[in-house]
Amino acid sequence: MSALCENRALVVPGDVLYEGRIRTGENTYRNQGKVSATRVGLVDYGRGMVSVIALEAGFSPLVGDLVVGNVTDIELGQWLVNIDAPSEAVLNIPDAIDAPFRSDIVMPEILDVGDTVVAKIVDMDRRRTPIISILGKGLGKVEEGFIKRLTPSKIPRLIGKKGSMVNMILKETGCNIVIGQNGRILIQGKTREQEMMVVRVIDKIEREAHISGLTNRVQEYLRKLKEENN
Amino acid sequence: MSKRKKKTKEKRFDGREPNEIRPIKIESGVLPNADGSAYIEMGKNKVVVGVFGPREMHPKRLSKPNMATLRCRYHMAPFSVDPRRSPAPSRRDNEISMVMRYALEPAVFLERYPRSAIDVYAEVLEADGGTRTASINAATVALVDAGIPMRDLVSSCAAGKIDDMLVLDLGDYEDKEGQADVPVAYMPKLGKVTLLQMDGVLSPDEFEKCVSLAIDGCNRIYEIQREALKKKYGLTEEEVKE
Repeated sequence: MSALCENRALVVPGDVLYEGRIRTGENTYRNQGKVSATRVGLVDYGRGMVSVIALEAGFSPLVGDLVVGNVTDIELGQWLVNIDAPSEAVLNIPDAIDAPFRSDIVMPEILDVGDTVVAKIVDMDRRRTPIISILGKGLGKVEEGFIKRLTPSKIPRLIGKKGSMVNMILKETGCNIVIGQNGRILIQGKTREQEMMVVRVIDKIEREAHISGLTNRVQEYLRKLKEENN
Repeated sequence: MSKRKKKTKEKRFDGREPNEIRPIKIESGVLPNADGSAYIEMGKNKVVVGVFGPREMHPKRLSKPNMATLRCRYHMAPFSVDPRRSPAPSRRDNEISMVMRYALEPAVFLERYPRSAIDVYAEVLEADGGTRTASINAATVALVDAGIPMRDLVSSCAAGKIDDMLVLDLGDYEDKEGQADVPVAYMPKLGKVTLLQMDGVLSPDEFEKCVSLAIDGCNRIYEIQREALKKKYGLTEEEVKE
């Protein structure tokens, strides 16, 4: 009937976190009255619940997520888009051009295999396949910029509390950044130096996401990078 | 004099004690393009493992509607043994691929990713006996590094018999010249055996001893795996502030 680890301790799968009755949160499972971790991460005891903040986790799509993906195939009336989820996402014609399906639409002219899109998950079908849409502000086919990847479980750290981290990076570097919840980040800057600053900041977040005081450290790091550039 | 002679007889040909494992080094996250990866050096064995997934399964007709499919590929590089071996997958490669899958499947929450596939590729760069155990040890670390939910880590170690002596973690010479070889994969926190093979001849009593010896080795390897996983996040607050 007690916590077996320190709060915020680093645990690996199989580590017993709690013995007794308690609500189980993310990345934990119950086995014979014991609560164990399923992923490597930081254990969190709080509000009558035990959970693990994952340091390594794949992308599990949820309705409403903004994602960056690439078109892998064209089928009748739909595109298949790879968004690094367990299954490929489906983009139907009405979600791409705001018009019903007609057989005379030439689909590769709208989106071709290999194109990159910024999209939103609007629904999950009954096989849990994500249905995405590119209609909306900031969504659609990507014409310029490049993609940098970050472990999907570290995306919340890149965004920060109410967007504090990403707003600071935007302000300091002057780049336009689109953060896909699936771990793909679209960077569009005016100069190569600006873009490399963002890449190096993301690398830093990848390494140090689990240590507190990240926003301040990143701010200092950006200042240092700027001095190097000047 | 007689005492000294007895002592040299008890030592193994590479100077280890009977219940001593080879030095192990594990590193996680070595392949940037894989979702998860690990590199292990277990004595002279060198294995690199990459994990991809969960991802869309191709061919789709082989996917299972209720769970993910774990696909393992064990492969020995042509230069991993002397003399050079053919790079084509052999009967032995296929068997060890299957054995790896059986050893890892009970530890992975496959039912959470229906219709998808998790791919584990193990490439043996240098072989010195016990590559299947080394591959399983590295594959576990790589699976955790890929963020795939696991019930427990899987540790693997072999025990066997050579010159009528029960020994732990057999090397290449002991594997080939010995009387028996018992590779075991074990989930230490759950206390469950996921792989148990035997090659050679052992009495029931010796077999029991071999299994408990191998499990003892697994427990030691488990600690090294834990260290390897934690090392990636080894940066403490003080180190960052410097």
